[in-house]
Amino acid sequence: MSLTAENIRVSYGPREALRGVSLAAQPGEVTAIVGPNGSGKSTLLGAITASLPYRGTVCLNGRDIATLKPWELAAERAVLPQASRLAFPFTVIEVVRLGLQSGTAGDRPEVPMQALARVGLAHYANRTFQELSGGEAQRVMLARVLAQVWAPVERGQPRWLLLDEPVSSLDIAHQLQVMEIARDFARAGGGVIAVMHDLNLTALYADRVAVLASGQRLAFGSPREVLTDDVLSCAYGCALRVSSPPPVGIPYILPHAASA
Amino acid sequence: MTAVTEIEIVARDRQLQARALHWGLAGALVLACLASLQVGATEVTLSAMLAKLVQGEALSQMERVVLFDIRLPRLAMGVLVGAALAVSGAAMQGLFRNPLADPGIVGVGAGSGLGAILAIVLGALLPAWVIDLVGNQMVPFAAFLGGWGSTILLYRASTRGGRTSVATMLLAGIALGALAGALSGILVYMANDTQLRDLTFWGLGSLAGASWAKVLSAGPLILLAIGAALMLGRGLNGLALGEATAAHIGIDVQRMKSIAILAVAGATGAAVAVSGGIGFIGIVVPHLLRLVSGPDHRTLLFNAALLGAILLILADVIARVVIAPAELPIGIVTAVLGAPVFLWILLKRRGLVDL
Repeated sequence: MSLTAENIRVSYGPREALRGVSLAAQPGEVTAIVGPNGSGKSTLLGAITASLPYRGTVCLNGRDIATLKPWELAAERAVLPQASRLAFPFTVIEVVRLGLQSGTAGDRPEVPMQALARVGLAHYANRTFQELSGGEAQRVMLARVLAQVWAPVERGQPRWLLLDEPVSSLDIAHQLQVMEIARDFARAGGGVIAVMHDLNLTALYADRVAVLASGQRLAFGSPREVLTDDVLSCAYGCALRVSSPPPVGIPYILPHAASA
Repeated sequence: MTAVTEIEIVARDRQLQARALHWGLAGALVLACLASLQVGATEVTLSAMLAKLVQGEALSQMERVVLFDIRLPRLAMGVLVGAALAVSGAAMQGLFRNPLADPGIVGVGAGSGLGAILAIVLGALLPAWVIDLVGNQMVPFAAFLGGWGSTILLYRASTRGGRTSVATMLLAGIALGALAGALSGILVYMANDTQLRDLTFWGLGSLAGASWAKVLSAGPLILLAIGAALMLGRGLNGLALGEATAAHIGIDVQRMKSIAILAVAGATGAAVAVSGGIGFIGIVVPHLLRLVSGPDHRTLLFNAALLGAILLILADVIARVVIAPAELPIGIVTAVLGAPVFLWILLKRRGLVDL
């Protein structure tokens, strides 16, 4: 039971955005996809979520997603988009309920409030979604996604959270909160794939990291194997120095070296 | 990690409100129907007729004609057309993710009109077996085809990458409406005297020409379209999050969109075919309902059918009594009520409509 993408190719017109990228994510782990702007991170997630046409094979829990119906996919994985707009004045709780209806916890009406509480926004339940700030809206969408796959493991099968830059519009406290939620989901047996911009959060929370550059996979492995001077400097095209504070041994990256 | 007090917040459930509204609106519809049967250009009233029946007297010839051949078919058509316009408005707004989408405003009504005019003017040129096959359904069906074509064109023109731009939608709608109007004008030039008379009656935008024949010609298509639209609730809710997210939460987006477009075209086309262009019901009704019970399409569409029928019947009553014994075109009444609401949405809710 895993989520595998094999030899994924995606073209936007004549430009090839992904040139044969493979990725295998395991349940119980947070898998991060990192890389510079335009390297194909979101495109790779788009293929994995069947949001855009791709060549190659994506298997979700052993089944080719091309053969699955939208509602079958929705029962096994939930997707958090980069930015969300909402057309009508739904309240926050109504938005979260949209997630509940599409998952398999449809008979558990208490789930949406619990999901909202998980992102710390239960007190906003009756507000209109459009009144929220960008960061709050992003967390409400996370609650919707959580409600969809509320149990990380169901009938012995892991379920998946696919997150496209989940912390992009959040302050640092909520960045940590969201990454904790993702890690808890994985620790409980579910699988998480997240497109990440922040290399330090990636180093802190990811179990496995795929580094993309120009539509190809440059490296894949644990943060310590992958987040190295060579890989990062090559991927991002500037000099980056990776250090690690002695007590924890988690690598961290400071951009200071680039200008030196 | 979360304080217990947070969980104790009670989440409002506007769905309960919306379902209670089903019953309230159904009751109001009955009252509106009675009012519509009661008043008219003649002195005949429903209450007087009922009193007669209770006393065992027979209705006069005049009373029977007024009730069964004039007011009842007119009422039936009002219910059908009102429900059709409101539901197609609500479904179209859901499809375009925008509260300003309305078949009448964005050119779908004009497209339907072109279809209807084509059928009236050129219908006789069709092979006899086709005419036999479609029978009295020809004008509504042609209007449906015209509405279908223009809805698809409009959706193609205004949607890029799963997002609909209101500005493009409204502008494309203007172009579409102008084109359909021009083609309709050419057809009017080609029409002979009988056809011209048909066209004039048709284009009045009124329920005045109601007859059982018209009710029977448009009714089936309208009921079919409304029935299809009522099944779109969950899909349109998902679509409010955008096409990609709708797919992620398990909705077959392409299929849902096709059904929505067919339903909008069917309801609009059939309504336009029998009543000409009656505007703003499709904007006002869903908007009022959203204010009261929220935008959840699972209940919105059904409530829209009820409130649309109520509003159109009442507008028709107003149209009949204001300058009696003459009659105001009902389109004027709905425009007077509806156009300010449209402006109000535009000004007050600019953020919401993405302008």
